[in-house]
Amino acid sequence: MTTLTREETESLIQEVLEVYPEKARKDRAKHLAVNDQSIEQSKKCITSNRKSQPGVMTIRGCAYAGSRGVVWGPVKDMIHISHGPVGCGQYSRGGRRNYYVGATGVNTFSEINFTSDFQEKDIVFGGDKKLAKLIQEIEQLFPLNKGISVQSECPIGLIGDDIEAVSKKAGKELNKIVVPVRCEGFRGVSQSLGHHIANDAIRDWVLSNRDGQEFESTPYDVTIIGDYNIGGDAWASRIFLEEMGLRVIAQWSGDGTVAEMENTPKAKLNLLHCYRSMNYISRHMEEKYGIPWMEYNFFGPTKIEESLRRIAAFFDDSIKEGAERVIARYKPMMEAVIAKYKPRLQGKKVMLYVGGLRPRHVIGAYEDLGMEVVGTGYEFAHNDDYDRTIKEMGNATLLYDDVTGFELEEFVKRVKPDLVGSGIKEKYIFQKMGIPFRQMHSWDYSGPYHGYDGFAIFARDMDMTLNNPCWGQQTPPWKKGAAAGDEVKAAA
Amino acid sequence: MANIMIRKTAEGGLSFYLPKRDLEDGIVSIEFDQADKWGGELRLANGGTYYVDPLDAPPKLPISLRAKRVDAPE
Repeated sequence: MTTLTREETESLIQEVLEVYPEKARKDRAKHLAVNDQSIEQSKKCITSNRKSQPGVMTIRGCAYAGSRGVVWGPVKDMIHISHGPVGCGQYSRGGRRNYYVGATGVNTFSEINFTSDFQEKDIVFGGDKKLAKLIQEIEQLFPLNKGISVQSECPIGLIGDDIEAVSKKAGKELNKIVVPVRCEGFRGVSQSLGHHIANDAIRDWVLSNRDGQEFESTPYDVTIIGDYNIGGDAWASRIFLEEMGLRVIAQWSGDGTVAEMENTPKAKLNLLHCYRSMNYISRHMEEKYGIPWMEYNFFGPTKIEESLRRIAAFFDDSIKEGAERVIARYKPMMEAVIAKYKPRLQGKKVMLYVGGLRPRHVIGAYEDLGMEVVGTGYEFAHNDDYDRTIKEMGNATLLYDDVTGFELEEFVKRVKPDLVGSGIKEKYIFQKMGIPFRQMHSWDYSGPYHGYDGFAIFARDMDMTLNNPCWGQQTPPWKKGAAAGDEVKAAA
Repeated sequence: MANIMIRKTAEGGLSFYLPKRDLEDGIVSIEFDQADKWGGELRLANGGTYYVDPLDAPPKLPISLRAKRVDAPE
């Protein structure tokens, strides 16, 4: 564990960049920065949302992953057809553990892979007929579906199939929503554009379906947008929003339904969790329906309190009292959690490299446990994400955008954090290097981490990982020095 | 010409959003901000400038408009 000064961090970046050829070095240099809280505009220190360098190991996904895997996938009562070859669908079904309630295969379908399984003849002669037939088959086999979305894979865009026409026709025949989503993987530089395309599809095909219909509303209707219910996150958030007197009329897309999406424009306030993937639809609703939106953070008691008070500020005194009541109720429980785990975790350093909102949102939760985040970075963020991150991070900490496999390894070797939080592709590399690791994309098969209930699990998981006795067994007995050998004998 | 959206931020300023390029930034200055004329040149915090045709009255925000790029830093 070392604390680097600003100069040391800068020289570390330079050292890491040295292995690249000149052109690549120049490009990568723009994506690595030392945090400086005095900077208002992130673009002065870091470039983001640019195409990855060919030849480096990037951890990004594609537009299809952003739409099928992230935004549409968790909508549980719709069937999402992975239109194209079979592999993309297989690798994007249910992998994020978006929990939901329902009977899979009867009225919910999130974990099943529906694909048109393109073969050579479909590429040559077009796949529209196959798609139309597939939709008919789905309707026969799974009549309780509430809608179908057609998620295009790369070949659909390349051969120019008219999925819109097929969807429109099928939608009329079935009298259900059939949404064509043009999220071919080659669009954009990362999954981020996929989120945008998916949001636009929701806007065009779903959101306005119930305009003008009656809805029994209350002044306290809110929605949870952009919470994917990973390990039950959205449930852990919803429980105390309802406790403070609000009525959650929709949650997307984790454990979400078509009906909830269609009812969202009736809300009084949209609560936005993942800004990066759902700000587009929130902006649209703000303009068209005049619904304000706010970004909240439910990681760790400090941030929860802050967020609850900010949410309550949109409503009258009864909600404000409700917020205080909730905060007071959970305070002793949170204090007990912190009292238990803080002494075991105090002063430990963490490096993160995830996507979406976590690189900045979980910082508060780590700080509540007395830990410090010394490096953070996003896979697919834009400038506005880094604008927000700079304020959350300490001075002279590392920021890395779309970090390459090599860079992340080198940074970890030099900064020597006590814990690394990143994805599954990084997990085993760092564990083999002897560094405790949490897979922070889907909470390492644990969770929820959101909300008060989630914080207790978060704290337990971090302690379980960091203080696991296995990290002391990294050196085999025959490589331990003579002194250590004596100790073993003495102990025996 | 590109579609843009202007909205009020929580701090009271104006924010500029260009969906096509996912560009979000604060508006530093707006050429016309009077009761009978609103719009003109928008100067962004990143140094770029966009032009929207002046409206007859200050609009209800957020609003989507067509804007012309006068000068962008990238």
